[in-house]
Amino acid sequence: MRTLLLQSLFTRPVTVDAPSPEEIALVELGNALKEQAQRLFGRSITIREVDAGSCNACELEIHALSNAVYDIERFGIKFAASPRHADVLLVTGPVTKNMKIALERAYAATPAPKWIVAVGDCACGCGVFSQSYATLGSVQSALPVDLQIRGCPPRPIDLLRGLLALMEQAVDPKPAT
Amino acid sequence: MADDPITRLLGSARKLEIMQPWPRLEVDRSTWMAIGQHLGGGAGDLLSLWAEAGFVHLALRAAGLDHPCVLSLTIEHNAFPSVGQFHPPAIRLERAIQDLYGFIAEGAADTRPWLDHGAWGISAPLGRQTPAARRDPADYKFLPVKGSGLHQIPVGPIHAGIIEPGHFRFSVNGEIVARLEQRLGYVHKGIDGLLAGCDIDQGARVAARISGDSTVAYSFAYACAAEAALGIEVPPRARLLRGIMAELERVANHLGDIGAICNDASFVLAHAHCGILREQILASCDRAFGHRLMMDRVLPGGVATDLSRKAAADIVATLDGVAPRFAKIVSLYDETPSLQDRTCTTGIVDRSLAARWAAGGYVGRASGRNFDTRRDLPYPPYDGASLEIPVFERGDVDARVWVRIKEVEASIKLLKKWLAELPEGPVRIPLPPQSAPREGIALVEAFRGDVLIWMRIEGGKVMRAHARDASWFQWPLLEFAINGNIVADFPLCNKSFNCSYSGHDL
Ligand code: SF4
Repeated sequence: MRTLLLQSLFTRPVTVDAPSPEEIALVELGNALKEQAQRLFGRSITIREVDAGSCNACELEIHALSNAVYDIERFGIKFAASPRHADVLLVTGPVTKNMKIALERAYAATPAPKWIVAVGDCACGCGVFSQSYATLGSVQSALPVDLQIRGCPPRPIDLLRGLLALMEQAVDPKPAT
Repeated sequence: MADDPITRLLGSARKLEIMQPWPRLEVDRSTWMAIGQHLGGGAGDLLSLWAEAGFVHLALRAAGLDHPCVLSLTIEHNAFPSVGQFHPPAIRLERAIQDLYGFIAEGAADTRPWLDHGAWGISAPLGRQTPAARRDPADYKFLPVKGSGLHQIPVGPIHAGIIEPGHFRFSVNGEIVARLEQRLGYVHKGIDGLLAGCDIDQGARVAARISGDSTVAYSFAYACAAEAALGIEVPPRARLLRGIMAELERVANHLGDIGAICNDASFVLAHAHCGILREQILASCDRAFGHRLMMDRVLPGGVATDLSRKAAADIVATLDGVAPRFAKIVSLYDETPSLQDRTCTTGIVDRSLAARWAAGGYVGRASGRNFDTRRDLPYPPYDGASLEIPVFERGDVDARVWVRIKEVEASIKLLKKWLAELPEGPVRIPLPPQSAPREGIALVEAFRGDVLIWMRIEGGKVMRAHARDASWFQWPLLEFAINGNIVADFPLCNKSFNCSYSGHDL
């Protein structure tokens, strides 16, 4: 174990460079975030992830954000186990009817100010499961969505871009366009 | 062979000439019941159980049969004899049939709804579709647990980590789990219903998303089933490319799992390193196939993207970089007593249970079940490939880790061999027009175990399809595995199973 630990100490980091926040996301967020966000947020946000019927591939990529390559915590973004500790609900999936109540409860348990980010085509209403007796079709049909990050699943770097845009907005809100 | 009771029973059954490559046989109620009893007695493996308007189908494998087969029984008075009353692995599948089609499994002991949580607004969505009043999702009777000093811990559907939703009800005595009961179905998206009426390519997009971590395996199974129905064979290069994607998916997932299991035993170092290796594989897949998880890359008729020479070399270089570093992580795992203390003898799945449930993948192979679809029911490109199938006996978390470790090593070897001998040629052929109804079925080894897809197509459309994830026969064993363990070891046991919620809930 010692060798591996030492090697890890002396090798260069494998972490990717920070991507620039996504332009579209910035514009989209202009509508959603108020000036007070900076005061409330500082430079850190805490995320509670909720799978509302995903195929689980979106989760795999969200998971990847925490590995050494994307290392999301260096930006002050971290994941929390409880919605009580969260600023942001990151929701995946088309919102199955069987998950609707749990999702609403997670939202209710999240203290304001709070933001909803819909991750993946399913959550954004353009996935393959939207037209089913068992789904609502999008996160927007259950909760007010502030930001959409599309992709099936979005790559971790796209997730990072979207979330950084959310942070930028919190620090320096652009006026709505 | 003749003394295999299932083979004897099916000797006189009428064969329906509609399905490929396995036979589909029409049976009567008494044969159906007798088969259920023999399955219960251990004479064969239940591969799946599903329904469609008017029929219920059962796929099985028995020692005396050349191929697995599908038995079909006509539904009478909206009911069929329960197989679950003799063979418990059928119980949840029957509860799902009841929820989706409204067919009653006569004689079943457990008739509680399974996928239907009372939120759809209709009952029997794939059957009569009658309007139904919404029910309180909490209105569900968990099995009673009696004894002094017991209390319950409800967990989920939303869990603490970034994982899929499901409910676990623990009855515990102090720290010791007396019973775990799962309640699943939260991510039911209506996949069987969505597949019906799709054209074949559209259906492939749905199949690729049944369980995202096994997207290649599902697309593979879907493609094989469609090709069997259409009676076509894909070009040699496409076959090998499918195998390459399937093995890359296996390696990436196993790396993720091994790391995550170590992490749940608070051994973060291995997790960090496995995470980097997994990331390198996925990045290489992205460069080679244009998608990190290779979603929608296997299609009926072949594959969607060819592999350039440069990309093939890139994959080989990635694997050459990963292999020695993985070996270091493995020796670290092997030489760290504090870690082994957590994984050894934890969450034991008894050998007899793994056999009875025909548990696939590492869950079965860690408990002495020597089965792997790639070797035992081979499909191209695995026919003729010499494969090392690791089997362990102890059935604990550690054994499930070791199956994965050995499979990563075997897959890397196989990948390098295939990448070196990739033939030139086309990678996809057009699907022939077809009008008469045809059926195809396929079993493919995903990283977590065998997945089954059956479909009927007619005039280029999928009329009806069924998908059965490996998790159906693994989830129930997790309930057994955790008994007598402490609550704090549940995440570790659960991760060592890594069952799919989405693949199960459909
Ligand atoms: S967007 Fe795609 S990857 Fe994400 S949950 Fe939906 S189907 Fe799966």
